[in-house]
Amino acid sequence: MSETARDDVRARVTAFLAEHDPATTEPLTFLRARYDAGLAWVSYPEGHGGLGLPQELQPEVDRLFARAGAPGNNVRANGIGLGMAAPTILAFGTEEQKRRFLRPLWTGEEIWCQLFSEPGAGSDLAAIATRAVRDGDGWVVNGQKVWTSGAHNSRWGILVARTNPDVPKHQGLTYFLCDMTDPGVEVRPLRQITGEAEFNEVFLTDVRVPDAHRLGAEGEGWRVANATLNNERVAIGSGGGVPRGGGMVGVVADTWRAHPERRTPELHDRLLTLWVEAEVARITGLRLRQKLKQGQPGPEGSAMKLTFARLNQRLSGLEVELLGEDGLRYSDWTFVRPDGVEFTGRDAGYRYLRAKGNSIEGGTSEILRNIVAERVLGLPSEPRVDKDIPWKELDK
Amino acid sequence: MSDLDLLFTDVEDDLRASVRALLTDRCDPASVAALYDGDRAVVAGLWKALAADLGLAGLLVPEEHGGAGASAREAGVVLEELGRFAAPVPFLTSAVVATVALADAVGPLLAELAAGEKTAALAVPLSASPYTPVPLPVRRGPDGLLHGTATSVAGALEADVLLVPVRDGATVALYAVGADAVARTPVVSLDMTRQLADVVLDGAAGEVVVADAEAALRRALLTGAALLASEQAGLAQWCLRATIAYLKERRQFGRVVGGFQALKHRLADLFTEVESGGAAARYAAVALAEGAPDAELAAAVAQSYCGELAVHAAEEAVQLHGGIGMTWEHPAHLYLKRAKADQIAFGTPGAHRAHLAGLVDLPT
Repeated sequence: MSETARDDVRARVTAFLAEHDPATTEPLTFLRARYDAGLAWVSYPEGHGGLGLPQELQPEVDRLFARAGAPGNNVRANGIGLGMAAPTILAFGTEEQKRRFLRPLWTGEEIWCQLFSEPGAGSDLAAIATRAVRDGDGWVVNGQKVWTSGAHNSRWGILVARTNPDVPKHQGLTYFLCDMTDPGVEVRPLRQITGEAEFNEVFLTDVRVPDAHRLGAEGEGWRVANATLNNERVAIGSGGGVPRGGGMVGVVADTWRAHPERRTPELHDRLLTLWVEAEVARITGLRLRQKLKQGQPGPEGSAMKLTFARLNQRLSGLEVELLGEDGLRYSDWTFVRPDGVEFTGRDAGYRYLRAKGNSIEGGTSEILRNIVAERVLGLPSEPRVDKDIPWKELDK
Repeated sequence: MSDLDLLFTDVEDDLRASVRALLTDRCDPASVAALYDGDRAVVAGLWKALAADLGLAGLLVPEEHGGAGASAREAGVVLEELGRFAAPVPFLTSAVVATVALADAVGPLLAELAAGEKTAALAVPLSASPYTPVPLPVRRGPDGLLHGTATSVAGALEADVLLVPVRDGATVALYAVGADAVARTPVVSLDMTRQLADVVLDGAAGEVVVADAEAALRRALLTGAALLASEQAGLAQWCLRATIAYLKERRQFGRVVGGFQALKHRLADLFTEVESGGAAARYAAVALAEGAPDAELAAAVAQSYCGELAVHAAEEAVQLHGGIGMTWEHPAHLYLKRAKADQIAFGTPGAHRAHLAGLVDLPT
């Protein structure tokens, strides 16, 4: 990338800030103007919040806005929207859909959730049973979704539903954008092991989705959903430039430094071993991003999430032990519904419990090992006895 | 500080290809295994081809001393390939450790090493770590000659010159001693692809090449530790690839065994570790090459990680090959022995982690 491009984007940010003083501009007005100036996500096309620039310029842009005290766009609550829904809409949406959905998504006016998993379709996502039946210029949706993080705060959901039960399971799916304010949508909190309810069950009863909110072709849902899932794994696994000694390892290192009286040689070597693994993961992520920039294929991509999950779990487990007597206490079991996800938030006990989800959410570590073994190492596939049988004939 | 560029250049890819072609041609597993039965025929010719014909002996030596003036980046690439073949050549001991120790040396020795005319070895145990003072078993007697025994020296058998650290008042001096002036007792080594020797100096004449050598010795051992990680990463890559290839052929229960999920998952985990180790080793090499402020930290991280990685990869290779992995005939054992010895070389993983503790403010 040329220095000219970097200088040019810096100049644009400076000019924008000169016209929109963050101190005096109303936050939403500021965010909408930033989107319209193409300075929201600079790698997106012009007219959709970007300038068609390399993704590597984004951190610089974000830094400049943060330094100027610019308002944030609700990243914490809208991770699914920004990390998963947006790239999928950009890749598969019509011009009209991109115009309607991307701007309020980016500004945080509209929060998104993901209506994929079901009680009977977890790792085997293609087995979903939620039905969408055509009705005039729209669809009627019935079914149950689960593990839906943030559904209680969401305006929209990305939804995969079965539109054709007469073909094998992967072929009969269609991808929709579902209005969470439809009267047929019922969101019930699902309390998890931390005590809180970050995720929900979502019951869909005669929900009407206009055909204009179908993303991609009818029957193409599996392909569109996979684009979403790949974005999810990259978002969780690549570490997105956490600095050396940052993230979970930084939290645990701070606990170590704060408690000299609890140190033992055994805990010390475990901590250092994990510190090394975290640093090696950081370097591996750095190299992966450099390869992706060059357009070189990066097989480490699928492996990064495995590493991230294992490290977070072992580090957070070590921290509870490090705390000794204090490790026996927990901040709060109260049933609350948080408005975002924070892996390194709250206390050590919370981090330990929340990290258990890292090897389940966004593809279990077992499924990811299958993906690495089959797609990267070329080992034989798991037997797929149901692959060619029409969905309606499968044992459920 | 901007991030280091970890990608391989076209020049490095070419270097890798020529080293790999030569090793494929001249370093077959049978001749490497023969080392364990006392047949060292493969060593001299292979080293001459690498050192003189490919010019690798002087890879790290500056051009004004007749070397290639390359950096730790290129040396790391060479070592990855040497690890992949468990190649029995003194590249790490002579072209890396000895030339770094001699960087500020007086006299023609560095140029002779660069030209591939001579090969040198630092007379310290292969296990010597950069973080503790090197053992000094050799003393200068009243006769002005050197006396003592340096044990477990790697590269001594191939060396024309031994570089012997000797206490000299408050400092340590580095002496060059001709191999014909010492007695070298070959050691039956765990890893015969890097066979050790005990070097006995019984009134040997030597010449001081670095008068105040403590910093040079530390730098040589640190470079050795950092770049050994590339050898370990290459070794682990071979173990992974060979095991995958075997599990795609081997059939039991009417199926290719590589289709069993228990084995697929172990290989997926090993792949994840091997990719990580390759990145860590590369980072350490690039940090050294650029003189980055975190080069020492990167070396400790890479050696801690890759020391364990190579052993794990070789152990998995033996286990997942089943009975054939336990045989003398299959090359897996060459890699297991090399990996286990490498784990101790230039400081154990634990020693590197203990040093790291001070660098990243995680005190005991």
